[in-house]
Amino acid sequence: MAYKRQIDRLPIPPKGAKRFNVTCHYCIVGCGYHAYTWPVNKQGSAKSNAFGADLSRQQEAETANWYSPSMYNIVKQNGEDVHLVIKPDKNCVVNSGLDSVRGGRMGENRFSVVTQTQQQRLTDPLVWRYGSWQATSWDDALDLVARVTAKIIVDKGEDELIVSMFDHGGSAGGYENTWGTGKLYFESMKIKNCRIHNRPAYNSEVHATRDMGVGELNNAYEDAELADTIVAVGTNPLETQTNYFLNHWVPNMRGTSIAKKKKLLPGEPHAPAKVVIIDPRRTVTVNACQVEAGKENVLHLALESGTDLALFNAIFTYIAEKGWVDKDFIEKHTLRKAAARPPLYPSRGVSDANPGHLTSFEGAVEGCKMSIEEAAKITGLDPKDIIKAAEWIAKPKAGGKRRRTMIGYEKGIIWGNDNYRTNGALVNIALATGNIGRPGGGCVRLGGHQEGYVRPSDAHVGRPAPYVDQLLISGKGGVHHVWACDHYKTTLNATKFKQVYNKRTNMVKEAMDAAAGGTRQDLVNAIVAAINAGGLFAVHVDIIHSKIGQAAHVILPAAEAGEMNLTSMNGERRMRLTERYMDPPGQARPDCLIAAGIAQNMERVLREMGKPKYADLFKGYDWTTEEDAFMDGYHKHAHGGKHVTYDRLRAMGTNGFQEPAQGVKDGKIVGTERLYTDGTFSTENGRAKFMDAPWRGLQAPGKQAQRARFDFLINNGRSNLNWQNWFLDQDNDFVSDRWPYPFIEMNPGDMRKLGIKAGDLVEVYNDVGATQAMAYPTPTARKGETFMLFASPQGPQGNVVNAGVNELVLPNYKQTWANIRKLADAPGSVRHLSFKSKEYTA
Amino acid sequence: MKRCRQMVDIGRRQFLKGAGVAAAGAAAATVIPREAKARAGGARLDYPAKKLGNIRNLKVNQPREVSYPDADAPGVLLKLGKRVEGGVGPDGDIVGFTTVCPHKGFPLSYNAKDRTFNCPGHYSRFDPEAGGQQVWGHATQNLPQYVLRVDKKGDIWAEGVDELLYGRLSNVL
Repeated sequence: MAYKRQIDRLPIPPKGAKRFNVTCHYCIVGCGYHAYTWPVNKQGSAKSNAFGADLSRQQEAETANWYSPSMYNIVKQNGEDVHLVIKPDKNCVVNSGLDSVRGGRMGENRFSVVTQTQQQRLTDPLVWRYGSWQATSWDDALDLVARVTAKIIVDKGEDELIVSMFDHGGSAGGYENTWGTGKLYFESMKIKNCRIHNRPAYNSEVHATRDMGVGELNNAYEDAELADTIVAVGTNPLETQTNYFLNHWVPNMRGTSIAKKKKLLPGEPHAPAKVVIIDPRRTVTVNACQVEAGKENVLHLALESGTDLALFNAIFTYIAEKGWVDKDFIEKHTLRKAAARPPLYPSRGVSDANPGHLTSFEGAVEGCKMSIEEAAKITGLDPKDIIKAAEWIAKPKAGGKRRRTMIGYEKGIIWGNDNYRTNGALVNIALATGNIGRPGGGCVRLGGHQEGYVRPSDAHVGRPAPYVDQLLISGKGGVHHVWACDHYKTTLNATKFKQVYNKRTNMVKEAMDAAAGGTRQDLVNAIVAAINAGGLFAVHVDIIHSKIGQAAHVILPAAEAGEMNLTSMNGERRMRLTERYMDPPGQARPDCLIAAGIAQNMERVLREMGKPKYADLFKGYDWTTEEDAFMDGYHKHAHGGKHVTYDRLRAMGTNGFQEPAQGVKDGKIVGTERLYTDGTFSTENGRAKFMDAPWRGLQAPGKQAQRARFDFLINNGRSNLNWQNWFLDQDNDFVSDRWPYPFIEMNPGDMRKLGIKAGDLVEVYNDVGATQAMAYPTPTARKGETFMLFASPQGPQGNVVNAGVNELVLPNYKQTWANIRKLADAPGSVRHLSFKSKEYTA
Repeated sequence: MKRCRQMVDIGRRQFLKGAGVAAAGAAAATVIPREAKARAGGARLDYPAKKLGNIRNLKVNQPREVSYPDADAPGVLLKLGKRVEGGVGPDGDIVGFTTVCPHKGFPLSYNAKDRTFNCPGHYSRFDPEAGGQQVWGHATQNLPQYVLRVDKKGDIWAEGVDELLYGRLSNVL
C-alpha cells in the first residue's frame, strides 16, 4: 500500500500563536510561508483560532485556513517543546499561497525528538576515535581541525588545503554563511584549490552571459505574465520552479494575465502566451503547457541531445536575415566596434579563460551563421519547426510592434555540451531582439537553489579555476574542508572519485586508530605522517552525516534556515529573511559561527606555533550571532547592502525586496524590479557584447567516443519530489515510499528487448563506472534515450558521467551514454508503486 | 480464546463499576468524575459507519459518487475488476476514495482509460490501483482512502479514512 500517515485530526493553532516569516529553503523560487508556534499544552478551538475562521465547517479550495499533516511538528523553541505549523502565505507575491510538494513538507522535515523526525540530523561534533565517530565538544573538535590544518598550510602552503564549499542561499546557505566561509578561505587565507557544491571547480556556471555584460538573473517573475512568447531551454519548470510556473507562467498561457498586459503595456496587441520548449525529452511541463495554452500554442523542439548551439545559431541567423531585430537597441546599447577573431578561432578562443569570441552584432551574425537546413540535420528537427520558433520569438506583432520574448534556461544547457558558447548563442538572440531590461523579456537562468553569495574577492582562484576533483584523484592536497557538499551523490566521474577518496581518507583513519591513547600531539603527528604518505584529512561541516561524510575524520554539525536567522534571494533577486523559529539540534551552530570558530582556533594554534603574523590574519571573527556575520558581510560588502538590516527585512515580511537595494523610503527598502532597464550593461563601457559562437560538435573529451560505443543516452535531471531537498528527504517516508530508488524512464520497446519489467532494478554501466536505477516504462521516451533521476543516494547518476569538462571546467552531465542490464526483479520496496504516466489528463 | 472472553467480561464489569457505582471510597469519589470529564475525546476520532452502496450496483471501472464522512466530503466507490491491497468485496476489488485533491482542494476527475484521478488545478494525479498513491503531483499526502466493509447483504459501509481530508483539521467535523 502507498504510504499513509493515519492522521485523522491536527491541533488547531490558537489565537495569539507566534508567527514568523519563512521563505522556503529548498529551491530558487523561494515561496513565502509563515511558521506558527504555540505552547504544547495549548490549543485553539473550531471557533477561536489563529486563522480567525470557523473550523467546524469544511473549508473551500485554496483556503488559507487549513494545513496538511506534513506541515506540522513539535519542535524545541528556546528549550521548550512547541507546536509548529509551516504553511504557505497567500500574500506572498511569489507563490500566492501555493505550496509545492517540497515546501509543503518543511514542517515534518524539522528535527524533533518528540515526533522522531529527521533523526539523521547531526547534533554534536564528531571525531574519528576508537575506530568510529564519537561525539565531543566544539573545543575538542575545532582544536584538532586547527592543529592539523595549520601544520599543513605552514609546512606545505595553502594550496595543500582543498576546500569544497556551498555558495548558495536557502537551507544552511545564505548571505551569513557564505560570508563566514568566504572570509575564512578568501581573506584570512587565499585558498585557490576550492570548488562549489555542485561542480568540480570554483567557477560560474554561466561565464558567457556575464562576459557579455548580462547578469543571469535579470528579469522579474512578473515578466512571465507579460511575455508574448516564453522560451524554455533545458528546463522543466513545472517540476523544478513549480510555483513560479504555476503562479506566473500558467496565467499567461490561460490568458488570465491579459488585463495586466493591457494595463502595463498599452498601445500594442496582446494575446495569451505562446511557448517554445527546447528539450530532447517530453516532460510534464510540455504536457501542462499544452493543456493550458492549447497544442497550437506550444512548440516542443525535441532536438537531439547536445545540439542546442546549432539550433540557437540557426534561429539567430534567420532572425537577422529577416531583419526582426531591435536596431535602435543594438546601436545604442551593444558593442559596435569588434576586435578581430583570435588566430585559432573557432578551435580555440584567445585563451582557455575565454573560449568564445566577444564581438558586435554583425560579428556574431557572421560567426554564428547556420542555415535552417544545416541545423535541421544536426538537431534532427523539422526545418519548419525551427522557422516557427524564430517567428514566435521575433516576428513583430501586428502594427510592427516588437515581440516580447522571455527566455529561461537551466541545466539542460548549463550542464550540457559546449556550455560557454551555447549560453552565449542564446543570449545573442535575446540581445538582438531587444529583450533584456524590458517588461515581458529577460534572458535568465531559472536556477536551482536560492542565491546568497557575498564573499571577499575570489580573483586569486584564477580562470580557468583548478579542477579540484582531479587534484584529489591525483593525490594532491593534504587537508580537505567540506561545507555541505556531497560529491558522492553529485559529482561527475564519481566512481573513480569515491575509490580514491575512500582510499586516501582511510589511510588517515588507520593512522588515527594506531595513535589511540597518545597525546594530542601524537595524534596530530600520526595524521600528518599519513598525509605525507598520500592520505587526506577530511573535515566535514553539514547538517546530516552525508555519503561523503562517511569518509570524514571530523564532522561539525550545522544549523539551517529557521534554526537561525537566514537571508537569501530568489530567481528574481527577491531577498527575504527567514526568521529563527526553533532551536538547532543539539550543539549545532550556524555555518558562519563554525567558520568563526575555526578561524579563532587557527589564530590560537598559529600563535602557539610561533607564527604571530599569520595568526593575525585570523582576527575579526568576534561574532556571537548570525546577525553579526550578516552586518560584517552583506551590510558592508554587498551592492546596496548598506540599506539592508534584519529589522528592515523583518518588517518587509515574505515579499522582501528585489536586489540590489537602491535606498530606503518610508522605512521600506527600495529594490530593483528588473536589471538593465536603462540599457547600461555590466561591462566596462556599459555596452553589452554579442558572441561569435560557432558549432563544433560534442566539445567535451570522451563524449563522442562514448556515444559511438554505448546503446543508451542517459539523460538526467531532477523530479518534482527530489529537488534541492533530497538531503532531508532521504529520511522522509512520503518521498522514500514513492522513489525508493532513482527511476530511469525507458522506452517500453527497449525494456522488452532487454527483458526488463516495470520496477526492475537495472544496472547502468559504461567506460567510467556503474550505477543502479528502477525502470519506469515511459511510452513518450524515444528509443535509445533514457532519463535518470540525478543525485540519488541509492544510485548516483554521476557514477557514469565521464571526467570531460569544457575549457572553464564546467561538467557535462547531460551527454552521457551507457548500456543497461537487469540486476534484479522489483525489490520489495518497489512492488507497491504506481508506474502509470506522470502526465495529467483531463 | 476463553481467556480473551474473560478479559472482555472483566472489562465490561469494570466499565459498569466506573460509570455507575461511586462506591470505592471517599477519595476516589472526588477524583473519578473529574477524570471522566477529562476523557471527553478519545485518542482517535470515532468515525461514523455510513452505507455507501451495494456491490450489485457497482460496475467495473465506473466510479459511483458518494460522500463520507458527511455530505460536505465528496468521494467515490470504484470497482477495479482486479484484486488490490485495501480492496473489499468478494473479488477484493472495491475501493473508495475522497475526490478532493489533498493539495489545494480542487475536485478530481476520473480517467477510466488509465484509471487515475486527475486534478485540473495543478495537474496532480493519483492511482486508485496503488492505494491512491500520487503518481505525480504537489500533494504531500497520497489520496485519502476509505476503510470499507461489506456486509452479508452486499452493502458497502465506510468506517474510516486513512489520511486527513483537505480543508478540515478533523476528518469528522
